[in-house]
Amino acid sequence: MASTEFDAPREAEELSHHPGPRQYVVIAIILAIVTAAEVAIYYVEALEDWLVPFLIVFSVLKFILVALYFMHLKFDSLIFRRLFIVGIVLAFVVFTIVLLTFFLAPETAGPGA
Amino acid sequence: MATHEAAVTPHAEEHHTSTGLDNVKLAMWAFLGSECLFFGSLISTYLLYRNRTQGGPTPSEIYDIPFTSVSSFVLLMSSLTMVLALAAIQRGDHRGLRAWLLATAFLGMSFIGGQIYEFTTFYEEGLALSKSPFGSAFFLLTGFHGAHVTVGILMLLALYGMSAAGRIPQAESRKVEFIGLYWHFVDIVWIVIFTVIYLIPTE
Repeated sequence: MASTEFDAPREAEELSHHPGPRQYVVIAIILAIVTAAEVAIYYVEALEDWLVPFLIVFSVLKFILVALYFMHLKFDSLIFRRLFIVGIVLAFVVFTIVLLTFFLAPETAGPGA
Repeated sequence: MATHEAAVTPHAEEHHTSTGLDNVKLAMWAFLGSECLFFGSLISTYLLYRNRTQGGPTPSEIYDIPFTSVSSFVLLMSSLTMVLALAAIQRGDHRGLRAWLLATAFLGMSFIGGQIYEFTTFYEEGLALSKSPFGSAFFLLTGFHGAHVTVGILMLLALYGMSAAGRIPQAESRKVEFIGLYWHFVDIVWIVIFTVIYLIPTE
């Protein structure tokens, strides 16, 4: 396989696009507010029917914010993003199939499942 | 001249790669992608067995949501201190790096302390690893996550020691970035665990 030298200027350019401390603090404040909202709606009986969709949306939002800004996926090479997304999608598909299998044939998960 | 450039340009040391990207960073992302499958298996096992309590405590009886919310907040904020440590070394602030690394390790230890307290309380209330499939799945999932956090704390303290010994120059900020990626991953896994295991109600 052909090999090239590690592209230091490209890395340096990516670094220059990374957020600064102030932006990191803003992201952290948003994360804290979303976490507080998650816990708050857990106790609101009027939202009981909407609890699960709300919680999933909040969780996905926090996940994306940390991955994009703190892990720099928004600014780094697309290859890193693809590697991570492949892992997430593969895990989601495989374990959805596993859970569906046990849901459709509960006896395969042992007694009482 | 070459020496001077190496001192001022981040990541300037030469190594070979077929992608133009840092091999170690690529490997770290591949590792994190594989970790998604690892934690996916533990989370789906928990979802499968969470209602099988064998007469022991049920999730809704035993979980202390306010306490776990504080633990979650602590771990979330440790991601902020971690990324501030990286920003510090990238601008050549070594004291800032060490301060933020220590803060991150302290927040991580607080989280682990909370987890030990939670495990102890649950055990006293009748939930043990071998009590029920729910207990096994719960302790396995949260225990493995706690083990990951503990490994992260050890790596943070090692980074602190290396920095104190002058072994992390500004041009080697990648070392902090790699450990940071691992730390943030552990944080996002907890984001999922907190929602799926603690907040989404069982039947």
